[in-house]
Amino acid sequence: MSTDATTDPGPGITGDVAAADQRRDRLIRRVLFGCTSITVLTTIAIFVVLLDNTWGFFFDATFSQWLVRSVTSLTVEGLTQRIAVTEFLFDTEWRPSHADDPRFGIMTLVSATVLITVGAAFVSIPIGTAAALYLSEYASVRTRKYLKPTLEVLAGVPTIVYGFFAVSFVTPVLLRPVLELFGLSIGRNNVLSAMVVVGIMTIPMVASISEDAMRAVPDDLRNGAYALGASKYEVSTSVVLPASISGIFASYILAVSRAIGETMAVTLAAGATPTLTANPLAEVQTMTAYMVTTMRSTAGVGSITYQSLFAVGLVLFLMTLVANLINDYIKRRYREVYR
Amino acid sequence: MATVSTDTDSGVLSDADLRWVKRKEVLFHATLFLASVFGVAMLGLLVFDVLFETAVGVLVLGIDVTTFLTSGASRDWERAGFLPAIIGSVWLVLLTLIFSFFLGVSTATYLEEYAPNTRTVRLIEANLTNLAGVPSVVYGLLALGVFVNGLRLGSILLAGSIALALLVVPIVIVASQEALRAVPSGVRDGSLATGATRWQTVRGVVLPAALPGIVTGTILALARAIGETAPLIMVGAVLQARQTPDPFSLFGSMPTMIYYWAFRPITEFHNLAALGILVLLTILVGMYGVAFFVRNRYERRL
Amino acid sequence: MATGENEPLISTAVTSRETERSARADETILEARGLDVHYGEDRALREVTAEIPERKVTAIIGPSGCGKSTFLRSINRMNDQIEVCRVEGDLLFRGKNVYDDDVDPVALRRKIGQVFQKPNPFPKSIRDNVTYGLRVQGKSATDDDVERALRGAALWSEVEGKLDSSGLDLSGGQQQRLCIARAIAPDPEVVLMDEPTSALDPVAASKIEDLIAELAREYTVVIVTHNMQQAARISDETMVFLTGGELVEFDDTATIFENPANQAVEDYITGKFG
Repeated sequence: MSTDATTDPGPGITGDVAAADQRRDRLIRRVLFGCTSITVLTTIAIFVVLLDNTWGFFFDATFSQWLVRSVTSLTVEGLTQRIAVTEFLFDTEWRPSHADDPRFGIMTLVSATVLITVGAAFVSIPIGTAAALYLSEYASVRTRKYLKPTLEVLAGVPTIVYGFFAVSFVTPVLLRPVLELFGLSIGRNNVLSAMVVVGIMTIPMVASISEDAMRAVPDDLRNGAYALGASKYEVSTSVVLPASISGIFASYILAVSRAIGETMAVTLAAGATPTLTANPLAEVQTMTAYMVTTMRSTAGVGSITYQSLFAVGLVLFLMTLVANLINDYIKRRYREVYR
Repeated sequence: MATVSTDTDSGVLSDADLRWVKRKEVLFHATLFLASVFGVAMLGLLVFDVLFETAVGVLVLGIDVTTFLTSGASRDWERAGFLPAIIGSVWLVLLTLIFSFFLGVSTATYLEEYAPNTRTVRLIEANLTNLAGVPSVVYGLLALGVFVNGLRLGSILLAGSIALALLVVPIVIVASQEALRAVPSGVRDGSLATGATRWQTVRGVVLPAALPGIVTGTILALARAIGETAPLIMVGAVLQARQTPDPFSLFGSMPTMIYYWAFRPITEFHNLAALGILVLLTILVGMYGVAFFVRNRYERRL
Repeated sequence: MATGENEPLISTAVTSRETERSARADETILEARGLDVHYGEDRALREVTAEIPERKVTAIIGPSGCGKSTFLRSINRMNDQIEVCRVEGDLLFRGKNVYDDDVDPVALRRKIGQVFQKPNPFPKSIRDNVTYGLRVQGKSATDDDVERALRGAALWSEVEGKLDSSGLDLSGGQQQRLCIARAIAPDPEVVLMDEPTSALDPVAASKIEDLIAELAREYTVVIVTHNMQQAARISDETMVFLTGGELVEFDDTATIFENPANQAVEDYITGKFG
């Protein structure tokens, strides 16, 4: 390379000129990376906290307590099992505070969550998809400009407000009179109202993300169909929908994931009575509702009730994680299609 | 196309066919329109419901708005108030802002301005999207396990704000990343070619240009935080907020107070809840207003 | 400077300026020795060897995709920003290889300024734009520095009273001159220009052209242009790149345009190629 460098005093471009500035740059880079790693740490912490305390639900000590005890005594400490995994997974009763025979069958809570999620999907998916089609294919620029942000406001309303809406309006004003026509009665807390409000609050997720996918469909495809004499209806259903299906599907997954984790609206709307049922008029307790209502009665640390919060939280977390991973996967594939 | 769009021309299709096509088209259009309006109608009903219940509370039951805004929780609905809850929420939002803004903007800056396009970085970004999808109640459990009981902070306001901050950090990051990406690369090149280091470029040119977008995104994230209930209940928020909290005391907040009132069987409390919701929604509208003002006023083309 | 589009050889006023300036010693400030640049699999520059003289205007011309911008960016190591970019061979600045390990690209760029194709003023006041380079070097910037740089960029009279208004409020041509002021404010030794007038209207472009001649009194100017008339008008030396990133001919501008040695270059200049 350059041999002149040793003889020449140098044109002032070597490291020492801006050394202080570069040192600061490297320091800042490290600080920023540190901040970034906190996001990874958060995920790890969620896993560790949930797993550690779930261990403490099944046994008489959390995993970390057991580990510390074993290390300090230099023996593998024994563990007393409190809850059988089979009971947790397969028992059909959830009655943690029952005096004589407490039972922890997560099925009861999971079924309530699934029931409401499915019901909500029946509201948000058709309405959200139709709204997306309207915004993308039919609405004028002006209409779209006002309609889309208004729909998105629905997603900005705190969920507690939806819960209030469910008990003070949806159940008594919308549902009860209609059901009474059919001779059905409905309590203050019921699955149906939870389905309705969770459905409403997830409409904007479906509409907004689906619409983005529909608008990404190139106009060439539409024009091709129009040139063949297709009506707008035919173009919408046979060209736009199939071409944007993966994006639309991703929006469904996202809405479902959101519905699974939804807490305050379902706690107020669906109630706090664990019931294994598919009856939409019944009062049930979802996983999330169990957590907040149990916290209300401040369960003591280490008690089986306290530890059960984490066991339920772990199941909830895993369910949403699976939904998020599916969403991730679809989004990645969908991106490739239009590149 | 001409054959389809006019009634008189029936060169290809018969009139009956055409009429069916048109009818289907009108029906479809109407269905889609109604679906779009459904959400707006529900929003209208929701606001109406809150206003109606508030009006009943104030006009029929005689809830005193001044008492409501100046006193704390009470067993007696006529003397119950919202002030400690409002103060609690203000504290929570302030602390959440402090924790999430620095962390979020730093992370976004690293990812957009520094990070090489490696596997690790792609993994970090994938992790971020997943974090954004974690239910808020789980963040509450995290704070309960780590801060409230792990570090034995107790159910203090600080722990609640940490839960909220962790919850909204992914939102702040994504918003900041978008704002940084919107800064044209020519501006970065110009700075680097002038002999600025990466950091001098980021601090001197890129961040100032992205700031309006970052601020808007942060306000929207805080708007999300102020309405969050579940994480606060999980860290052990006091549902009946009687005393004005500080960061190291037990605390209540607007949404937890609303939850408590809405949960009570005595219906007068529901009207209190409605009044509380009205206060919360008013604050939210104010925050959205500020966010849009910042975006329109300061965000300029580059 | 009316030059007929179809004239085979372009005669210019450059020759007179050339003789006037050749009195000064022709010292080489930048030297490429077998410079190769790869973008991933693609080879953008091929064994480029050239000596660029100090305080002259050196134009780089050639068809698009010929590697002229790549060559420019490899001088101040702006190519470092591109992850897939790989540089082989030597590029010497005052005898020091800028790709040596002990060279800091940041320090290098403080000696070698650059003006880009699209005007890219910072979203800051005119004053802050001009003083930016000095401030990042930790130097204080006086009002005199601002005035000197803006005068040097022939912008002073137009912005004198509004130094605190935003640089983005200026017209395209003014913005580009602001960028020139920004580049010369820290007093670099070389100013690189990457098609600085291609995004401007003809009037604004001619102002910049006049300015470039002025700049060469104090700085070494290396300018990439796709406009051959421009190269002929403003430069002392001309490098011609043709496809494949090869430097085909490098000589006095007058020689290149009036009597090129290489047939391909003559074809290119007379419009038979590219």
